[in-house]
Amino acid sequence: MTIHLSIVLFLPLATGLLGAALPRGWARWSVLAGTLAVLAYAIVMLVDFDSGERGVQYLTSDEWIEELGITYTLGVDGLSLFMVVLTAVAWVPCTLWAALREHDRPRLFFFNLALAETAVLGAFMAQDLALFILFFDLMLVPFYFLIGGWGSGERVRATTKFVIYTLSGSLLMLAAAIALGVLATPDGGEISFALADLEQRPIAEGSQQWIVLLFALAFFVKAPLFPLHGWVPETYRSTPIPVLALLSGVLSKVGVYAFLQIVLPVMPEGSQHWQELFIIVAVFSILYGSILAFSQDNVRLVFAYSSIAQLGFIVLGIFAFDDKGAQGAVLQMLNHGLVVVPLFLIVGVVAARAGGSESVRELGGMAFRAPVLAALFLVTTFATLAMPGSANFIGEILVLFGAFEDNLVYGLVASAGVVLAAVYMIRVFQGVMHHRAGPAVESRELARLDLAVIAPLVAVVVALGVYPQFVVDRTERSTTAAIERAAQIGHAEVSAIR
Amino acid sequence: MIDLIPIAADVKAPEIDYRELSPLLALAGGSIVVLMVGLLRSPFVRRVLVPVLGAVALITAIGLTIWIWEPGDREPIIQGALSMDALALGTSMLFYVAGLVTIVLSWRARAPEEAGHGEYHSLLLGSIAGMVVLAAAENLMTLFIGLELLSIPLYVLCATELRRRTSLEAGLKYLVIGSVGSATLLYGLAMIYGAAGSMQFGEIAAAIGGDELSATDPLLLTGVALTATGLAFKSSVAPFHQWTPDVYEGAPTPITTFMAVATKAAAFAIFLRLFDHALGLTQLDWAPALAALATATIVIGNVGAIAQRSMKRLLAWSSVAQAGYLLAGVVVGSELGLRATAFYLAVYLLMNVAAFAVVVARERVSERGDDLASFENLGSAEPWLAWPMTIAMLSLAGFPATAGFIGKFYLIDAAVSGDYTWLGIVIVVGSVMSLAYYLRVVAVMWMGRFEIELPGPPRRVVRPVSGWSPEAEARAQPEVLLIAILAAAATIFFGLWPDPLFDAARDVGSVLTGLR
Repeated sequence: MTIHLSIVLFLPLATGLLGAALPRGWARWSVLAGTLAVLAYAIVMLVDFDSGERGVQYLTSDEWIEELGITYTLGVDGLSLFMVVLTAVAWVPCTLWAALREHDRPRLFFFNLALAETAVLGAFMAQDLALFILFFDLMLVPFYFLIGGWGSGERVRATTKFVIYTLSGSLLMLAAAIALGVLATPDGGEISFALADLEQRPIAEGSQQWIVLLFALAFFVKAPLFPLHGWVPETYRSTPIPVLALLSGVLSKVGVYAFLQIVLPVMPEGSQHWQELFIIVAVFSILYGSILAFSQDNVRLVFAYSSIAQLGFIVLGIFAFDDKGAQGAVLQMLNHGLVVVPLFLIVGVVAARAGGSESVRELGGMAFRAPVLAALFLVTTFATLAMPGSANFIGEILVLFGAFEDNLVYGLVASAGVVLAAVYMIRVFQGVMHHRAGPAVESRELARLDLAVIAPLVAVVVALGVYPQFVVDRTERSTTAAIERAAQIGHAEVSAIR
Repeated sequence: MIDLIPIAADVKAPEIDYRELSPLLALAGGSIVVLMVGLLRSPFVRRVLVPVLGAVALITAIGLTIWIWEPGDREPIIQGALSMDALALGTSMLFYVAGLVTIVLSWRARAPEEAGHGEYHSLLLGSIAGMVVLAAAENLMTLFIGLELLSIPLYVLCATELRRRTSLEAGLKYLVIGSVGSATLLYGLAMIYGAAGSMQFGEIAAAIGGDELSATDPLLLTGVALTATGLAFKSSVAPFHQWTPDVYEGAPTPITTFMAVATKAAAFAIFLRLFDHALGLTQLDWAPALAALATATIVIGNVGAIAQRSMKRLLAWSSVAQAGYLLAGVVVGSELGLRATAFYLAVYLLMNVAAFAVVVARERVSERGDDLASFENLGSAEPWLAWPMTIAMLSLAGFPATAGFIGKFYLIDAAVSGDYTWLGIVIVVGSVMSLAYYLRVVAVMWMGRFEIELPGPPRRVVRPVSGWSPEAEARAQPEVLLIAILAAAATIFFGLWPDPLFDAARDVGSVLTGLR
């Protein structure tokens, strides 16, 4: 029983509120200080974390709404720890990036940014299903305002679509979660949504099936996966750059994270039932995302569709129900978040040098006088396309191992995604950095402050490529535990058939 | 002459428990006093003293209610006419709060000015007394009396802006449709009486439980159906909701606020008592029908709201949809359902009061009245009005960290526990549909100027309800602002710390014994 997680959780919100009370110019620094403090806390936790221990650590558990069985339970295991770290790492450069630029109504902007961090951290730390859903839905509120208030183009349309899509999924999940809680309650027992209780109270397989399906709906919309990605193009086009980096890098991980943390351990039979379907969805997403990424002209949309493909890889790894696959999926969750944030920030830099254009056709020749920018972009590009030597390479290999173990055909099809990734990423890199310079392009080196935003992120990407074992060691135990039950059921079924 | 005295002595007067009746007496007394004081000519008396006296009556009633509050099943008073149990007292607290809010919102409004302060406030207190009788009704007769006592003053109150046609139109429409509803209800009550042979809820339940009357008796079921229809008119449950948008739009906004929150609470209180208590044993027969009504209400209300530009119409349609959510708590016929409905009624009051208070504030100063256009850029122009509205909209849509989220959670919990999982999913689908219009209001306030895309022909032009003049004290409405902020703050507070409301809801849930 510690208070540490509560401090980390509410620190951003507190600084956001403080910023709202301070004079206009100060809000940004208050919120930035909050994100830095969260990062420091996350690093200390990373060092302090006991990777040998099973189960969650830093457990905070308190009654909250007894009547509904909702407890305030926070905790981190190896998996959520790295998600918390990813959140903390991603939020600092994005907040700094935003702080270096001028916004309308800055207090509201930074308050929303801070609230979003609290909500995301809460979703990753929650060890109670209802609490998780609360944070999962709560994160939509700040993003709704951020996209609608500070976006570009058809921003109101985009943000409304984004919220309606996402909330359709998560409200259905809410209904399913309540059903899960009610069905799991033994006669005369008290209803409880604590994950630890739910794991001890199995429910009938038939109920698990539709509940898992509704959960998956919510997570696939959020991820996004084909065919539930309808909100993606408009939202990605309209969202302001630092917000987009967070949306794509961190928010997309909440859903897949919840598969590992909640769905598989609590409803193994139900998950096993839909394994085939979810793998097909994942493989489709890989192919669809890769092909569309290749055919897009807008750089943001290239990365948007590449994210669909990457998330497909992650889901594929999870639902292979294989230790290696799941491990690869976890590594990919982290990798994708870490590369996408600098990629989008670089898009912002590039657009600023080309009169706001983000079209591959109109850009070009950017590397001419900006070698540092080009180098940073190159490193992240290579990491994204999973060049050997990057952590993404390890991650994708592990996922593919898992997929091959499970089913040869899906593994082969998914491998095509790796090849396509190389094609579309190199196309973008060349189109932006080399080729003939576009009409409005002005090749200019990164400003020092922007360098200070992007370079550390790229350094983390490189470091992870050198030593991915750092992550694997610490997450292995919880990842294996997460898929354990579902995998066992799968094996039992296979041997029964034989 | 001499002989008559012993006979008169033989007629036993009903024993009256004045202690339990005291809140009702406070209201009735307040109503008369306010009416009489309102006859004085002095402007100070009319504009200040009358509303203050009205508020005093309500606060007295609140105090008395707290004094006699006791959970559990209570013996009905006055020969089984009224049951002042936690269900009646809990919902009457909502009426009193709604009444106080209405008095504050009417402080500078035009309606009491035109209709006479004494009459206006007296009618308001009378209507609240009717609601209390209705919520406490323990037999079919008091049910009907309560319903009429609540409705007739409201018909008049809707038409209190005497110089505005739409206000008169609203009053007339409400009168005609309300009377149809009352007639249907009365017919249904007569049939239930005919089948069960008693007016008392307890005896009706016993008759259905006994051998004489089968739970599927056609006379009884026809009566139940007609009664449900009559109550559906009052609580604007589809397909009996058509009057709602017109009346809500036409009535003076403080009265709309009152109708939206208090009438609904009263109708649901009697829904719960009649169906879960008197007719509890026929639940298997009426529950599917009510569930179908709930579904239709949720869908129709949410679809209807999408095309609205007028905030009052939008909130009217939204209240139709919310009635559908509330009905889910009645359908399951369980103690949990009772609690969830009571809880949601309280939450519903808070979020609607916040929204309507902002509407009142806007239509006093804006040339565009309650049109969405008058909310444009409110976020930067008047954040203290924009925030309460934002919180109300997010809460109505069911976003977390607001009381609306907890309320929906509770209702879905009740639906799922009562084997109506599909109804829980309908609630969720309805919430998704509702995002389309709730979020539009938020977008209009915060996300800069943009043309609101709306289908359909432009609505007819309605003159700004409370009148607009440059001399009007444009910013002199601190009381409206205060109501909006308090209600919004309470919405957030109960979203994070709902325990006090849960405790009250648990007391309310304990009154009907024999529930699942």
